[in-house]
Amino acid sequence: MVEWTDAEKSTISAVWGRVDINEVGPLALGRVLIVYPWTQRYFGSFGDVSTPAAIMGNPKVAAHGKVVCGALDNAVKNMGNILATYKSLSETHANKLFVDPDNFRVLADVLTIVIAAKFGASFTPEIQATWQKFMKVVVAAMGSRYF
Amino acid sequence: MTLTAKDKKMVKAFWAKVAGKAEDIGCDALSRMLVVYPQTKTYFSHWKDLSPGSAPVRKHGGTIMGGISLAVASIDDISAGLLSLSELHAFQLRVDPANFKILSHNILVVLAVLFPNDFNPEAHVAMDKFLAAVGRALSEKYR
Repeated sequence: MVEWTDAEKSTISAVWGRVDINEVGPLALGRVLIVYPWTQRYFGSFGDVSTPAAIMGNPKVAAHGKVVCGALDNAVKNMGNILATYKSLSETHANKLFVDPDNFRVLADVLTIVIAAKFGASFTPEIQATWQKFMKVVVAAMGSRYF
Repeated sequence: MTLTAKDKKMVKAFWAKVAGKAEDIGCDALSRMLVVYPQTKTYFSHWKDLSPGSAPVRKHGGTIMGGISLAVASIDDISAGLLSLSELHAFQLRVDPANFKILSHNILVVLAVLFPNDFNPEAHVAMDKFLAAVGRALSEKYR
């Protein structure tokens, strides 16, 4: 399906190795809910998401951010087979959670920005290119069972 | 999705903080765009060197940031402020408007890289909305 060079595989692993899911997950999901407020529609049961401060301090948002980003671990560990790895997650999001698949692209873009903020200049254009290729594949896999 | 008074205040305040590094921001954003989205190189086939940080990239990054500064100054009527830039992009450059979103994303990445503390979620949403408004204003004269 997707061809990864050895350089790309090691870049993706290296980036992921520097990411603390417990920190980055909550930051990324919180930012999605703030920058794209309509995404809050999926989190009616999470309590107070009325202000940026409320969102960033909300423990349910933080916990869910860790779950969502934690799932990326599977993609990093199964880079040659991301489509199959995400089959049931894609089905769940399509058929049970009813999440618009555009949200996967939105989360990927915000996650890239959060990682850029953490890494600073060491997140070079070349590393960004490889990381975004990986994100594109994950996003496509997450959308794959919608139709 | 219009810019509220709060958005405009945030954009102006944030831009005041970062404007000193405008050329660096433009250079880095353009460099990243050319590497991460190689299809965008088609607009620069006349340049000798498209590598990150090259002289033409740096110069043009500065030019683009000049346009962004103009948009900040015209924030109460971005369409009016960017009218001639829109005509330039529509009739001469004929840049596919899809590329405005691509460049905007790379500007946001660079703002995160250079200003991780100032580019907080509130600044992020305001700048994302602002850059989308700039893209719309630039697209106005296309058809």
